[in-house]
Amino acid sequence: MRAGADLIVIGGGLHGLSAALQSARRGLRVVLLEGAFTGRHASGATAAGVRSLARAVEELPLSLEAQAQWEDMTALVGDDCGFHAVGQVQVAMDAEAKARIKARIARLKAAGMHHESWIDPDRLAELVPVMQPGALGAAYVALDGSADPHRTIRAFRAACLEADVEILENRPVTWLGREETHWTVVAGGTSHVAPTIVNAAGAWGRQIARLAGDLLNVGIKNSMMIVTERCEPCLGPVVSAQNRKLSFKQTADGTFLIGGGVQGRLRPDGDSASVDFGALSGAMSTTLALFPWVADLRLVRAWAGMEAATADLLPVIGPSARAPGLIHAFGFSGHGFQLVPSVGRVIADLAETGRTRTDLSAFDPGRLATNRKAA
Amino acid sequence: MFRPLPDSSEGPTVTVFVEGQPVEAYVGETAASVLLRHLGTARTTSISESPRAPFCMMGCCFDCLAEIDGKGSTQSCLEPVRDGMTIARQMSARKVVAR
Amino acid sequence: MIFDTAIIGAGPAGMQAACDLRARELSVIVLDEQPAPGGQIWRGVERNCQPGSELAQRLGAEYRQGAGVARSFRACGADYRPLSRVWQIEETGPDATEQCWQVFVIREGQAEVVEARRVLLAIGAQERPVPFPGWTHPGVMTVGAAQIMLKSGGLLPEGPVWICGAGPLPLLYAHQLRKLGGQIAGFLDTAPRDTVRRGLPHLSGALRDWKSLAKGLAWQAGLRAAGLRRETGVRQLRAEGKDRLERIRWETPEGEKTAPAGVLLIHEGLVPSVHPTLSLQCEHTWSDAQQSLRPVLDAWGETTRRGLFVAGDAAGIDGARAALAKGTLAAVGIARSLDVLSEAKAKQARAAGDRALSKARATRPLLDTLYPAPEGKISDDVIVCRCEELTAGQIRAAAGRGSADPNRVKSETRAGMGPCQGRQCGYTVARLIAEAHDMPRAEVGFHNIRPPLKPVSVGELASLGKAKA
Ligand SMILES: Cc1cc2nc3c(=O)[nH]c(=O)nc-3n(C[C@H](O)[C@H](O)[C@H](O)COP(=O)(O)OP(=O)(O)OC[C@H]3O[C@@H](n4cnc5c(N)ncnc54)[C@H](O)[C@@H]3O)c2cc1C
Ligand code: FES
Repeated sequence: MRAGADLIVIGGGLHGLSAALQSARRGLRVVLLEGAFTGRHASGATAAGVRSLARAVEELPLSLEAQAQWEDMTALVGDDCGFHAVGQVQVAMDAEAKARIKARIARLKAAGMHHESWIDPDRLAELVPVMQPGALGAAYVALDGSADPHRTIRAFRAACLEADVEILENRPVTWLGREETHWTVVAGGTSHVAPTIVNAAGAWGRQIARLAGDLLNVGIKNSMMIVTERCEPCLGPVVSAQNRKLSFKQTADGTFLIGGGVQGRLRPDGDSASVDFGALSGAMSTTLALFPWVADLRLVRAWAGMEAATADLLPVIGPSARAPGLIHAFGFSGHGFQLVPSVGRVIADLAETGRTRTDLSAFDPGRLATNRKAA
Repeated sequence: MFRPLPDSSEGPTVTVFVEGQPVEAYVGETAASVLLRHLGTARTTSISESPRAPFCMMGCCFDCLAEIDGKGSTQSCLEPVRDGMTIARQMSARKVVAR
Repeated sequence: MIFDTAIIGAGPAGMQAACDLRARELSVIVLDEQPAPGGQIWRGVERNCQPGSELAQRLGAEYRQGAGVARSFRACGADYRPLSRVWQIEETGPDATEQCWQVFVIREGQAEVVEARRVLLAIGAQERPVPFPGWTHPGVMTVGAAQIMLKSGGLLPEGPVWICGAGPLPLLYAHQLRKLGGQIAGFLDTAPRDTVRRGLPHLSGALRDWKSLAKGLAWQAGLRAAGLRRETGVRQLRAEGKDRLERIRWETPEGEKTAPAGVLLIHEGLVPSVHPTLSLQCEHTWSDAQQSLRPVLDAWGETTRRGLFVAGDAAGIDGARAALAKGTLAAVGIARSLDVLSEAKAKQARAAGDRALSKARATRPLLDTLYPAPEGKISDDVIVCRCEELTAGQIRAAAGRGSADPNRVKSETRAGMGPCQGRQCGYTVARLIAEAHDMPRAEVGFHNIRPPLKPVSVGELASLGKAKA
């Protein structure tokens, strides 16, 4: 039994690390418990797109705050995390897609948000010369881009250690108990006590919530990714397509990352995911239609990363209504990487003062509350 | 680096093209072995651009990656020679040829 | 069609198992990435054993034996698919009524799925990668690689040719080379000098297979008689040169030496090919004697995943004769699990197979002791991951920065993320982690293996969808 922590963060993915870091910087004594090692799951498996483009409007305040933070990541963690503002484009492959994108941009403008703009096919061809012609244009955000996930994990981890966060790995949390003002957390044979705990357990967030008596209806996503061999740099922006399964980018290493949300299989143990090559193969068509030369590139690795996903695809951020002193930060539904710096700020607010200036109503855990054990 | 035994030089041969040059190859040998005999290397690496040659000859080191019949990043040690096969070293990272 | 068994690998183990399963009238498909049957030891055996072939004579009786096995295999009625690369193995979902495996294959640029009730991995071994300064220079290759050049193209190395390492293979190859008129500048023996004394306790067991022992001694005597330069107790090998190997340097207890070199052939033993069983999350154990992982198998050759079997050197390094016996045993196990062999008959067949296997393994404890895996310190500037060009120093730094998990070190450094999937660096990385955390090598494990097992292009992957439609 150790005494003296103000905050226990459960989960050593990027959201757990960011919450721990920013809370520690406010003077809280923080212990972080990770079941495997930091960045083992979604944070290490991610495509690491830093994207405000085509985000749900509810997430935009957090996303635009994060965009500014990514621009100056060195200020937060002492390293730029390999972030490059190479821009992101969302291509319209047909008239309906074009109409939807234009309508979205108009809505954003009306709400006072100007980060997205429409570009015509000529400008698109200038930005992405290695793409087949034929698209009707695209939505574009110049300040978006992508980062290096492993470098990001390393930087957040190092910053946490610097800020005296106690990071304990190989400590899967198996039991939670609340006594008046304190939580007791049992993890991998040790137990820890603090008034406040943060649930940043990613795909296991629902289980942690359940240990605290907070039954939430949250599912699991197993998005697959493939990475090719290294090539000479030729693609700047990250490319996606409206209403199609596509996410395509070239990393700083020269490899191409292809994702787009095709789902792998959950293994029977429910604790890991595996690649479904049949599904993956079918999902290559959009990529190959726009970038036919990719067909000749060697696929070096494929993987499926697990993350919690909600029905409305919005995250679960905020205090639990049923378990006092429990703050949720999970359920990012496959697009939480960009939000890491701003959500960490929100959790630090909540941990420090119990309040935050950010409107969290769309992310309220209560919307997912259930009385039954979730399936 | 390697020379043929009498058995090989008297045995059946095919003609392959090593970076444009016609070359006699022994039926049974692989494109990697032709590269070793004629150029001594198969590629330069994509990071430091240092030269590499086939190392394991059994598919587990990937230092024999070369362009075989125009197809890049092919493990040349797993490609038996065929008449008319084109073989070229692969220099540095692959270049993307759009359209 | 759903085959009764898909066998991956047409070496001794795979061919033997195919023949035995066909004799029980089970349907068998055999997939192998090579152009012809034989695996590594009998590579090119059909090509080389034509009547009157000088090469076949020189390669020895053990090699020629392969021709007979290949002939039986060709005639056994298995659907044999050469030049077929297996890049993924999946088990169909738990909802399927009968267990079935899907084996993903690339053949002539086209992806296909082969379905089978049982899978036998007879995928053999690879040479143990042991990094040293300059091992990435052109001109440096493995002894196995040179032997493959000999068996598949009838090619002999030239220039000052050095052989460095330990084990039966370098001796055999040197012996073969000498008989074929090849020149060897010298043999650098890396086995510890007291190795013979250490081997003594295993000698009496090994005498059960005195023929093999006698053969090994005869090779050594032949090399001595031919006046081959031989250095013992060799350590700290370095390959030097500008863009290719020009010279080698080494140390013995007597001091440092150097010599010009055109070809340097290295060999430090074999390790089982475990990528498929690792990626299928079968249980593995660490063999201290062979300093490598191997899948945990039951008495029938079945892994901890039902329906998946392993035979031959992929199950542990025991040599070709043992591989034949293991192929037979796995075939018995598969026939039993498919209910075409009664329990009593299966036990009987197993007893005979076990006897053959135990005899074929008689010299193994001695060999493992005579030729231990090298343990010399790897200096910081040596490249460990050939693909990502990472040095021992970089791996050490990452290993010391956090937990002793090879997956963490892999994601921090990219070691093991290149095209070889850690086949060259995996064991060394694990060794450096063990060193940094002062823990037994057996406890470190191996990084997770991500598919594909063999490279496939994005276009080939997409062709799978078309093949299915
Ligand atoms: C380089 C080398 C040289 C050797 N030389 C000798 C020697 O001279 N004398 C001696 O006694 N022993 C030698 N050995 C040891 C001997 O080869 C083995 O003991 C014996 O061959 C094991 O038989 P096996 O059937 O288990 O494996 P193998 O003979 O290796 O057969 C495995 C087969 O599986 C195929 N394969 C692997 N993965 C895939 C995949 N994903 N898709 C399709 N096909 C695949 C391989 O191409 C291979 O044909 C050598 C081993 C090696 C590695
Ligand atoms: S030479 Fe090693 S993979 Fe071809």
